[in-house]
Amino acid sequence: MCGIVGIYLKTKKFENNLGKMLSGMLNNMESRGPDSAGFAIYKNSDRKEYKYSLCINKLDFSKFKKNISQKIKNLKLNQYSDHVILKTTEKPKKFINLINKEFPEISIVGYGHSIEIFKQVGNPKDVVKKFNLESFSGTHGIGHTRMATESAITTDGSHPYSTGEDECLVHNGSLSNHNNLRRELKKKGNIFTSENDTEVAAGYVSNSLSNNKSLKNTLVSGLKDLDGFYTFIAGTRKGFAVVRDEIACKPAVIAETKNYVAIASEFQAMAHLPDVNNAKIFEPEPGIVYSWGN
Amino acid sequence: MKLDLKKLKLRKVNEQLQNIDRKINNRNFTIINPEGNHAVCAGLTEELNINIKGHVGYYCAGMNQRANITIEGNVGTGVAENMMSGKVHVKGNASQSAGATAHGGLLIIDGDASSRCGISMKGVDIVVKGSVGHMSGFMSQAGNLVVCGDAGEALGDSLYETNIYIKGKVKSLGADCVEKKMDKKHIKKLNLLLQEANINDQKAESFKRYGSAKTLYNFKIDNISNY
Repeated sequence: MCGIVGIYLKTKKFENNLGKMLSGMLNNMESRGPDSAGFAIYKNSDRKEYKYSLCINKLDFSKFKKNISQKIKNLKLNQYSDHVILKTTEKPKKFINLINKEFPEISIVGYGHSIEIFKQVGNPKDVVKKFNLESFSGTHGIGHTRMATESAITTDGSHPYSTGEDECLVHNGSLSNHNNLRRELKKKGNIFTSENDTEVAAGYVSNSLSNNKSLKNTLVSGLKDLDGFYTFIAGTRKGFAVVRDEIACKPAVIAETKNYVAIASEFQAMAHLPDVNNAKIFEPEPGIVYSWGN
Repeated sequence: MKLDLKKLKLRKVNEQLQNIDRKINNRNFTIINPEGNHAVCAGLTEELNINIKGHVGYYCAGMNQRANITIEGNVGTGVAENMMSGKVHVKGNASQSAGATAHGGLLIIDGDASSRCGISMKGVDIVVKGSVGHMSGFMSQAGNLVVCGDAGEALGDSLYETNIYIKGKVKSLGADCVEKKMDKKHIKKLNLLLQEANINDQKAESFKRYGSAKTLYNFKIDNISNY
């Protein structure tokens, strides 16, 4: 099953309420995915600085802070339960190598200039509370509640998946050709950290974006290359898109107002959103990519 | 009587509507704040008039018998699924599998219905003022499916005795579904359905009728490779 949600703000009106809007959507999708939950929030921020979303698992925060501060200068750390948002000017390649080498217990859940990602096992309501999602502001956000089917209930198996700078993807469905595709993408240099099918789809998107394809065109070619059942919501620094496979067994509904576009697996996820009863509400058609931003 | 789903539990509301005392004459209800809840007004068996103000989730008015239910909003998957009798009127759009397996009654959708509208329908009449998505009328067995707009891919795949009437374009026909001649009796029936759905600007003569070529009714050894 799984529940997916997303909001893209077309105006600045609700930027301070983004976390609140998204948390309500995730809470209402508990019935579709009680095993784990996660969300990605995009904020306009400093382009010189990188933000790394880290799950420190059982590692002691103060110990980590002390150790990492000795290795990297001028960094800022914000702790949210077992997640840490680390800000530094250090480039991703070097930083990721350092974390993998020195702190093997840490999982890097995402990085970029504007994205912050949080995901953990447990009931969506608890996960949302734990990371205090309600307090977040931002320009767009994507969330997921998971009912695990094809791989274990772990943080690594939770969505959103981020396999490139400021990129993320959530998925309701299952892919049937992910093993083949993973092998092909590995040959092209993609790195995967789980056995999950969605991570392969995220890797496919990253690979295509790195070849200068637009998000929209990436998902259009994904309709041919990704075999299985899916509704995807994908996010980039400035872009936001949704696509359903051509059979369209997996649900999705879009509500669009002059201030925002909201997407969810079911309408009840967005029944609390401001002015939703006057929104243009429609189902994305099978095999058509809908995108906003760029 | 007004029932507010923000204040009352859905189960409580459904229980009340499912257990109406036959002696009671006040049979008009309005449901407010449905907020996309699933199974609103499922399993009703009495003659009631219900007006739902807002959007609902899955299986709204499922298994309906006798009740007259109007939804002033959109509906999720499987509206009026397995309806036996009565009338369900959706003023917005419907998601997939509208009227699935329904045996009787009338389902009217003012907007569009998405994929698999009328899947396996068994006698219901469905009138869609907009368009329907792919695989509509799949394995439909009896009843009438009327579409004033267009139909998506594989219309009427593997259907049995259902009559499908389409005003607009059909993207493609499913296996064993063919265009059929409109006889007088079909025009009469279609006019009746359009009238019941309060559609005055469409003429039955401008619709095309689709039905089963009946080549899949019995097993043929020549088709073995298709299984």
